[in-house]
Amino acid sequence: MTTTPVVRAEHLRKAYGSTVAVADVSLSVERGEIYGVLGRNGAGKTTTVEMIAGLRRPDGGTVSVLGLDPTTHAAALHQKVGLQLQESAMPDRLRVREALDLYASFYADPADPADLLDLLGLTAKRDAAFKDLSGGQKQRLSVALALVGRPELAILDELTTGLDPHARRETWAVVEAIRDAGVTIMLVTHLMEEAERLCDRIALIASGRVAAVGTPAQIVALAHGEQVLRVRPAAPVADDVLLAALTGVPGVRDARVEDRALVVHGGGAVVQDVLVALARHDVRTSDVRLERASLEDAFVSLTGVGPDDPAPALQTAGSATEV
Amino acid sequence: MSTTPSPTTTPSPTTDTGATTARRAALAPASPGTRRPSRGGALARMTGVEARLFLRDPSVFFFSLVFPALLLTVLGLVMPWADQPYDESDPLLGAVTAITGYTPIVLSLAVATVALSTFPAVVATYRQRGVLRRLSTTPVGPSRLLVAQVVVNLVALVAAALLAVGAGVLLLDIALPVDPGTVVVAFLLAVLSAFALGSLVAATAPTAAAANGWGMTLYFVSLFFAGVWLPLPLMPDVVQTIAGLTPLGAASQAMTAAWVGQSFPGTQLLVMAAWAVVGVPVAVRVFRWT
Repeated sequence: MTTTPVVRAEHLRKAYGSTVAVADVSLSVERGEIYGVLGRNGAGKTTTVEMIAGLRRPDGGTVSVLGLDPTTHAAALHQKVGLQLQESAMPDRLRVREALDLYASFYADPADPADLLDLLGLTAKRDAAFKDLSGGQKQRLSVALALVGRPELAILDELTTGLDPHARRETWAVVEAIRDAGVTIMLVTHLMEEAERLCDRIALIASGRVAAVGTPAQIVALAHGEQVLRVRPAAPVADDVLLAALTGVPGVRDARVEDRALVVHGGGAVVQDVLVALARHDVRTSDVRLERASLEDAFVSLTGVGPDDPAPALQTAGSATEV
Repeated sequence: MSTTPSPTTTPSPTTDTGATTARRAALAPASPGTRRPSRGGALARMTGVEARLFLRDPSVFFFSLVFPALLLTVLGLVMPWADQPYDESDPLLGAVTAITGYTPIVLSLAVATVALSTFPAVVATYRQRGVLRRLSTTPVGPSRLLVAQVVVNLVALVAAALLAVGAGVLLLDIALPVDPGTVVVAFLLAVLSAFALGSLVAATAPTAAAANGWGMTLYFVSLFFAGVWLPLPLMPDVVQTIAGLTPLGAASQAMTAAWVGQSFPGTQLLVMAAWAVVGVPVAVRVFRWT
């Protein structure tokens, strides 16, 4: 449709007193993508999106959202940008449908609240009071309220924090449905699994700066640039025969035999090249495994802080990341 | 059950399933150049929602709306002093029953309950729980919620006062005010000055618990000066003088004076006006949204 980015932020900076929350953040969000803002707690993610959404005035830098300047056109911007904030609740006795109807009345051209309830699986809870909802239901209501104005851009901040794995997966499906409807999404998260699963591109934020930007795969590649291929021959093959087969194969940086399996480190098209080379030497394979560095590895390598650092810990969702 | 389709629908590719189409229709970004939002509609809806929330909270409903009338009625029916002259030493106060003399006090209590207890607690809760902040992400903003809260509380307050006076007239045979116009003016100034005080609490209390604590402290001090426990004419002069400088003490004195036909309570009305004129702008200035 258009190549103008939905969000363009340049050199954003924000300090609270002597604490610099955002030192220098530039990012550009394209129409229709799910853009992840990933970082540890306290990295400056929320402050960044609050400046983009016109809730905070940057100390420095410029930001343009859907062609509007959030510092001067907040009200017009809020017609087109839906925000789901961390830790914002509704009055205890407010009912689900009442909340949606109320928020619908704020917008020029709102979505049908009944459709939204349906989409977010809240139809059965439409008459429930806010205080009687589960954590996941509250979160989904919060998303519904962010979407009821039919925004072009939805900013979802720590959407799944505090949800159990099941509720988290449900919420992810909702995010994908929203994107499928044509809404551009900025997803603020400290969960690797969430970013890897949902985001088209990710900005890795550390200490108020952008450490890296790219697709999850690109970020992983930036950090490691290599893949690990593990091939097990179908029939026993002598180690030196296996290694000899790889002589001259492009992209192979290191090859060795571990426990009767060939382990190859390399980049580029190394997977295909190795398998072709083995076939040429009549080595049939019974098991091929590709191990890629995870986003979490990339995070540690790009920001220099790991999950086990004593500072507020970066958490991973659920089990270890698999590729 | 509303099943009206959303006003604008995105044309769907033929491969779409029905469900996907519905989804797209529900969420597809609004087309530019659509009608402007009706801000008045948002305020009206917000006020309606706040009114429902007010009625759904049993303790708020009881103490704000019912309690003043109930207190007056029970005292009037049960207390042996209710039918005695209010104050024998004063010709005008002696001419009305004690329960008539107690009516302006109950009206002051009704004002204090809503302005110092209900209103600040709700606003501080909304701030603490992020309700105000959430509204700041919408085109409408959070200030209208405060307007809606004030409107709902004012309506509740007037209803509570009418209920109390109505109960007094019908069940207790209280005398009607000699100077009803001044009673009304004093009541309105009482509302303004007490809301100024309550707004200061609402504006600055860091948490809902703090708002509750500060509000209740002010509430009980105000009830004392309004004469809820001991009618003002029976208190020492120095207490009466101090009471006359507090919003609800002045309210109680002014309404009593106008009720029984004493001289025009100019000083008390000015005291209340001063509280309102100073308190409201200060509260607006220091109000914290987050």
